[in-house]
Amino acid sequence: MRNNGYLDMRLLRFTTAGSVDDGKSTLIGRLLYDSKSIFEDQMEAVEEASRSRGNEEVNLALLTDGLRAEREQGITIDVAYRYFATPRRKFIIADTPGHIQYTRNMVTGASTADLAIILIDARHGVVEQTVRHSWLASLLEIKRITVCVNKMDLVDFSEEVFEKIKDDFLAMSAPFLQAEVNFIPISAKLGDNVVERSANMPWHKGVPLLEFLETVEIPDSWDGPFRMSVQYVVRPISSKWPDFRGYAGRICQGSVKPGDEVVVLPSGLRSKVTGIRLGEETLDKALAGESVTITLADDIDISRGDILAAAEGNMPQAEQVVNLNVCWFRSSPLVKGKRYVIRHATQETVGIVKSIEYKINVSTREREYDCESLGMNDIARVVLKTADPLIFEYYKDNRTMGSLIFIDPGTNDTTGAGMIVPEEI
Amino acid sequence: MGQLTHLKELEAESVYILREVAAQFGKPCILFSGGKDSIVLTYLAYKAFYPARIPFPLVHIDTGHNFPETLVYRDNLAERLGASLIVGYVQDSIDQGKVTEEHGYNASRNKLQTVTLLDTLAEHKFDCACGGARRDEEKARAKERIFSHRDEFGQWNPKNQRPELWDLYNAKKDPGEHFRAFPISNWTEMDVWQYIYQEGIELPSLYYTHKRKCFLRDGQWLAAEPDIIKRRESETVQELEVRCRTIGDVTCTGLTLSKAHSLEDIIDEIASSRVTERGGRADDKRSETAMEDRKKEGYF
Repeated sequence: MRNNGYLDMRLLRFTTAGSVDDGKSTLIGRLLYDSKSIFEDQMEAVEEASRSRGNEEVNLALLTDGLRAEREQGITIDVAYRYFATPRRKFIIADTPGHIQYTRNMVTGASTADLAIILIDARHGVVEQTVRHSWLASLLEIKRITVCVNKMDLVDFSEEVFEKIKDDFLAMSAPFLQAEVNFIPISAKLGDNVVERSANMPWHKGVPLLEFLETVEIPDSWDGPFRMSVQYVVRPISSKWPDFRGYAGRICQGSVKPGDEVVVLPSGLRSKVTGIRLGEETLDKALAGESVTITLADDIDISRGDILAAAEGNMPQAEQVVNLNVCWFRSSPLVKGKRYVIRHATQETVGIVKSIEYKINVSTREREYDCESLGMNDIARVVLKTADPLIFEYYKDNRTMGSLIFIDPGTNDTTGAGMIVPEEI
Repeated sequence: MGQLTHLKELEAESVYILREVAAQFGKPCILFSGGKDSIVLTYLAYKAFYPARIPFPLVHIDTGHNFPETLVYRDNLAERLGASLIVGYVQDSIDQGKVTEEHGYNASRNKLQTVTLLDTLAEHKFDCACGGARRDEEKARAKERIFSHRDEFGQWNPKNQRPELWDLYNAKKDPGEHFRAFPISNWTEMDVWQYIYQEGIELPSLYYTHKRKCFLRDGQWLAAEPDIIKRRESETVQELEVRCRTIGDVTCTGLTLSKAHSLEDIIDEIASSRVTERGGRADDKRSETAMEDRKKEGYF
């Protein structure tokens, strides 16, 4: 194969936060177009649609805003996923709208992202929206943030303006932001520092955005002792495999190999790994992120929702009362004492919110106490009590074992998301 | 980001989703179209549950306007993987008076198959149908959930989708409602081809360049054999070297002039292509939001 035929690239998932006014659609359009991920028929369709709407310039937002209501109203309703690749890496963008339902959508987009791009309009600098976006990125424990200062062409490509925004951002985010941050001055419209290095900003020594995305290394939360949440028990009951009993799941931390001793939670029973497979292949070792089927030496009772963990090292916690940061998604409020279905890893149980400690204002981070319920897009610290113990790690240490969703048993709807955090002392 | 290659990571994610489908639904199935995406999906399901058989059947909605190669491939695959196969016929829906056959030069049974699909799902009481749709294919699909809830009429409501975070999928529903699940949502066309190449998956011969009688309509080559599409007098038939980039039924499958005889050739061809694979799909060109409209009615 001559082109793009590399089978061993890696995948980077990132989210973009910012509004149309910040040039977000233009930036994504440029990344896709310059990496040749927009095809001629798509471009023609967008040109045609822009013309029929009377837009003078090609409206790249129409590439991502596919729903009829979005195209009619010129708004973005929902998280859209976009895909592009360069010869060095594959990318998945979770593109979240800036204005409408920004909290819910940004939380959704950020939940699977390795990196967040935060856009700032160089003319306006750090604004309230910037604060919201950075704080939500930190709440979701995104480890890497790239701040793109856009529309540099409208401030004469001024290094001074860029440096001021950088200082303002660092000062603003210092109280809460743990992530590594870098800054790139760009003009999405003209292409400066997006794919090509800008000739207008020789003072900027860093690489353009695309090259940065192609090369950045992001530590994942998958290091540590082996953990796998059992999804499904594979039992062929066939003449060829009369006694086969395999535990299927996706490893969410560490690695495992045949011979390793594991403990099953919550039962606490121990056994040894005898085999690891996927399909017809048997594996010598499996890493975090891989989906496998594991067989054990002993015939013990294991079912969906149980955790297999390394017998050595620290154990996951098992508690019926946990502290959560919650984001509420729906207009029907979170009510204290109401029973919700809680889905956590592959475990399902029932839970009630015992107390709402405080709500957090997303723009000012001020706390509001004495709340009885939570409304749409509210973020709060709550105490959850569950019918069965949750087997978990803190969200900051492991996303899979530290996250959960609330399902309303009356409507079956997913109404909220929770991240398990240590108790505040 | 993990330590895995992109193909390993995508495979692991899809296998995880297929196992969630098996664990959370009472009676799921796989919608098998004979196209490469549903072939990859079926192959992933085989891997996910091995050495057990795929714990759900393959369902094919047969418009009656197939390339014969697709049906041969379908039957062989089901037999080789030990999967059970259920076929719903659009002809039956027409005979029962549930749908009316379209007439004219652009007549297609593509829209009619929605009714046959919903009837087949109801007849067998399936509560989830897994499809091989990808988010990079079409802008309405870019916003659809991996577990996509449908009401009791099979309709999709794009403005009121359930939030979907992390890898937590919510399959709760009322009796009579069902779901569509899309385990390869995050794959691109290139990922699918690279995976087929890496895993050595056999494909229907239609995907490779072959000689076929074709005719040109609106800048798109279409098949004149099997002789299903009604041609205008001006539309002359020629024999050309072509291949399919996607496979639907004959009426909505565009043919590409190609010299790709191997998977390596196909991957090179796609890498240098300037038109999307759905660019050849007549069903998408009916309007700007054709896919969304069909999905709202219950289409895949």
